[in-house]
Parts: sequence; C-alpha cells; structure tokens
Amino acid sequence: MADQVLDAKGLNCPLPILKAKKALKTLDGGKTLEIQSTDPGSVADFAAFCRTTGNELVEQSEEGGVWTYLIRKTG
Amino acid sequence: MSNVAEMGGAQVNPGVDPNTMSIIVTKGSLDWAYPPFILSTTAAAMGLDVTMFFTFYGLPLLMKDLKLQVSSLGNPAMKMPMMGMHMGMPNLVSAIPGVDAAASKMMKNLIKKKGVASIPELRELAVEADVRMIACQMTLDLFEYSQDDMIEGLEIGGAATYIEVATKSHINLFI
Repeated sequence: MADQVLDAKGLNCPLPILKAKKALKTLDGGKTLEIQSTDPGSVADFAAFCRTTGNELVEQSEEGGVWTYLIRKTG
Repeated sequence: MSNVAEMGGAQVNPGVDPNTMSIIVTKGSLDWAYPPFILSTTAAAMGLDVTMFFTFYGLPLLMKDLKLQVSSLGNPAMKMPMMGMHMGMPNLVSAIPGVDAAASKMMKNLIKKKGVASIPELRELAVEADVRMIACQMTLDLFEYSQDDMIEGLEIGGAATYIEVATKSHINLFI
C-alpha cells in the first residue's frame, strides 16, 4: 500500500510527471507514491524520470487503459 | 539530485554542470508557447537547473494577462481534427477578421478536452520550480513593453547575460 496516491488520470504530458514530482517533494525518503495515469506516453516518461532523478520505479502495471506506477523516493 | 552524468557517461565540457539547460524563447503564439514551457518544467522536475531567455515574440509570454492566439495563416502543417478528419484552412480564410480568434478558441478547447495543461498553468509550474526567467531588455525597449505588464520575479538582461548562462549550460536550445 503506497504512502500516497496521485490520480493523474485524464492528464496529458507533462502533467503526470510534474504532479508526481510535486507529490514526491512532500514525501520522506523511503516512502512510496502511487500514480495512476491514462497517458500512454507516461510509460517511457516515468522510466526516464526515475533513471534521471534516482527515484526507484518499484513496479508498474496497466489495466483498461490506466497505468499504475509505484515509485519509492530515494534520499 | 540528478545523476545525468552517471547514468550514461554524458560528455560535458569541463566546468559545465550536466544538469543544466537553457532555452531561448523567440515565439509567442499559443502553439509555440508549449515547447519551451513543457521542456523547462519537465527538465526542472527531473532535477535540472533551467534558464529561459525570452526575446522578440517570446516576450509576450511573460505578460500577466496572456491572450495567446494561433493562426493557420502560412501554417501548412496545422491540420486540426475535425469531423473525423484532419483539416487545414486556406490562407485566405485566416485573413478574415475573427477567424484567428475562433481558431485559437477551438485549439484552447481541444487542449482542455485532452487534459493538456494551459500555458498559464505551465508557466506557474515553471515559476514554482524556480526556473530562471530572463526578459530581453532590448525587446522590451523595441516593442515598448512595460515591465509592469509582466509577471513578477523576472530578471532583465541582454545578449551577454544569455551567453554567460549558455557557456555554463549543458543543453542550450533555441525555440
């Protein structure tokens, strides 16, 4: 169960990333953020975001056009 | 915070922080406002230090009251989804008064419908993300713009100000 859930459904690039970044700012290191997005571009984007920021993409899944990402904040 | 250099062995000039980006913003129509603000906000979200230098027709993007428009005139690649197809407009039609305003309204509606951020929203996010925004002094003078009409928190500078930023920036874009 994620420490925080962000519903970014219906939002298009770059909002899912920007809102995720904002939410991660409020979390302590080690905490997790779950993000729901309907943007197919978010698949590559969240992977790139985690690689560049060093946050951990714990898992991702997709169901019915909704992608769910679980990110753990590092540091 | 960002490990751009570590992740892929980015080659940078000595003394340049790989986590830096600058953008020269030269256009101010509704469509052209998107690339600089999307890039700057996303880069900032990914840990880069970003500077935007607004000059010429990019300067109106800094006004408090944004009245952005788009025109299909001389814009042959602009074909909007309408009635199940992608349609452009003949140049002569865009010359008719009111047509540009209508096209701009339609595009803003499409943007809203698709859940894309508005330019005011993206600009606000850029400001919150501490993106450094510089307004070109020469353009302010040239087109007689007043700083009072612009948003708060801007720096004013000229070409040399930008060049200095660029020498220290890993990614420099001209939009």
